[in-house]
Amino acid sequence: MQNRIRAVRWQEMVTPLAAVILALAIGAGFILFVGENPLTAYKILFVESFGNLRNLATTLQRATPLMFTGLAVAFGYRAGLFNIGAEGQLYIGAFAAAWVGFTLTGAPRFIHLPLAIIAGMLGGALWGSIPGYLKAKLGVHEVINTIMLNFIALYLTDWLATGPFHGGSWVPETARIKPAAALTRLYPPTRLTTGVFLALLAAFVVYLVLWKTRQGYELRAVGLNPDAAEYGGINVARNTVLAMAISGALAGLAGTEQILGLHNRFIVRFSSDLGFMGIAVALLGKNHPFGVILAAVLFGALQTGSAAMDRLTSVPRELITIIQALIIFFVAAEYLIRRILRMKEGA
Amino acid sequence: MQRRLGFILVMVLLLGLVVSPVYAAPKIGLIFAEGGLGDQSFNDAAYRGLMQAKEELGVEVTYVEPADIAEMEEHQRAYADLGLDLVIVIGFIHQSALVEVSSDYPNVHFAIVDDVVDNPNVTSLVFEEHEGSFLVGMLAGLMTETNTIGFVGGMEVPLIRKFEIGFIEGAKYANPDVEVLVNYAGAFDDPGRGRELAVSQNERGADIVYHAAGGTGSGVIDAAVANGFYAIGVDSDQDYMAPGTVLTSMVKRVDTAVFEVIKAVVDGTLEGGVWSFGIEDGGVGTSEFKYTKELIPQSVLDAIEDAKQKIISGEIVVSNPLQ
Repeated sequence: MQNRIRAVRWQEMVTPLAAVILALAIGAGFILFVGENPLTAYKILFVESFGNLRNLATTLQRATPLMFTGLAVAFGYRAGLFNIGAEGQLYIGAFAAAWVGFTLTGAPRFIHLPLAIIAGMLGGALWGSIPGYLKAKLGVHEVINTIMLNFIALYLTDWLATGPFHGGSWVPETARIKPAAALTRLYPPTRLTTGVFLALLAAFVVYLVLWKTRQGYELRAVGLNPDAAEYGGINVARNTVLAMAISGALAGLAGTEQILGLHNRFIVRFSSDLGFMGIAVALLGKNHPFGVILAAVLFGALQTGSAAMDRLTSVPRELITIIQALIIFFVAAEYLIRRILRMKEGA
Repeated sequence: MQRRLGFILVMVLLLGLVVSPVYAAPKIGLIFAEGGLGDQSFNDAAYRGLMQAKEELGVEVTYVEPADIAEMEEHQRAYADLGLDLVIVIGFIHQSALVEVSSDYPNVHFAIVDDVVDNPNVTSLVFEEHEGSFLVGMLAGLMTETNTIGFVGGMEVPLIRKFEIGFIEGAKYANPDVEVLVNYAGAFDDPGRGRELAVSQNERGADIVYHAAGGTGSGVIDAAVANGFYAIGVDSDQDYMAPGTVLTSMVKRVDTAVFEVIKAVVDGTLEGGVWSFGIEDGGVGTSEFKYTKELIPQSVLDAIEDAKQKIISGEIVVSNPLQ
């Protein structure tokens, strides 16, 4: 029995790994096509993302927000919800964290920083629970609502940061947060902060909640079959709202980490689709918190390496975007991979 | 014999190491603003300056297009570590990161376009956009038939206010009765929004619309073509984008600024401080009216030329919101 479980777990990892290898192989073709040596390009990609402590730190810094948004999407998925609204929840959480960061004055760090983090979580939770509530009470599909709320969050924070809370600089951004609200940099001059520990902790907590608590059992039951869960005495409506709120809180933490760790102020549209990348990360991580961490590190490394590749070679960084897309494509086309690997379904 | 040969070889190599930096071409790194290459405006102008320097001065160049604002600092530090002779950053979006990075690398020289960083190792390249905008404002004020003209800005930041204020002052100077409609798109990369605002200004009576909105401005020019009114371009010479519809462009010679700062590296005269490019040195001004010469009466062109001389002599002082 134990062996059987091990075998299943191992198989869970085969598809993502195969997807990455296939994507890199096809990417090599593209590199040849633009007239560079794929081995050289991949060497740069690897060295610049993992080659020394500084590059590794940059990779982790880029991976941190993806860990949070990946967890957000994965958590929703486990409860049967497709949260495409991580981007919007991220913006609301980020603004809430920034607001606490620059408004509160004179508070010591051990009060100010946690308050800002909690504000960011609550902001994201609030924004996530709206589509959760609409789904639970009115049956409106969460995909529609989360997408719509993305736009509202984007324009709302645009207005807040250029209107009432504009910091007075040339850039559309708020005032800077107080140093007491900022996350600590671990390895200057890289911008890796203690936020990465927060992300790892969040992954562990998500694991505990989903698999080691009664509440998590209820959430997963709703995710697997809401009708059966309802029949079994589980309050589906309550669990739907809760799942979206927690998913939103995780996305809100992604924004919080970006503000308190990286930007130290709210900049209009600072997120380069981190929320949407979270969907890819969750998919590649098989919606498991530990898988999400690994997938986020991989995507962080690809981004770090591609920025360096853009500086050092003539390989366009869009190539890395293609590789990312291919990875997602192959994970989604799991059946195809299994065929290629000549594996029997469920063997 | 062999040992001697080896010794000579080592000496030659050592000599090469010592001497070669003297003959090596200066290495220049350039980091673009958001939007990157292909914006037909601001970044493309910087690229032209860089390529001109590569061809005419023989410098080695490398450049990078940041994917988002979070990357600016990363690229600045990476280039600083490469030991380049000059790192040029394009756009005020780089300013806050450069304040920190230039302090961390006192031995690397930086240049920033469109903003000021007050460090001895930074050359700040700024433009008198309000004066150039004054001239195109005069053109609009004199050419309008409805006595209503429009301005579409990218983001409402002091730099873009500089364009707006110069434009309004120029229009009123030439035509005190003119009304100027002002709207901001909230972004430099949203042509759809630019088109919407220009159409709405046209519906409210504006027959000439000036944009200072980067990529958003291409929507303004599209709207002018579709609805049959005039547009005025910005930064690069955009007259060619819709010949006959784009009356002129407020040309801002980012290419000249980039070329000049690289030339200072080659000449060994580079120092920190603020370099301002204005009307007098051709840093800002109107385009050559390549497609609109027949549309614009000579009297209008003469009036603009007259005002240009008065700005240079100080007889006309255009308000600068940054001072």
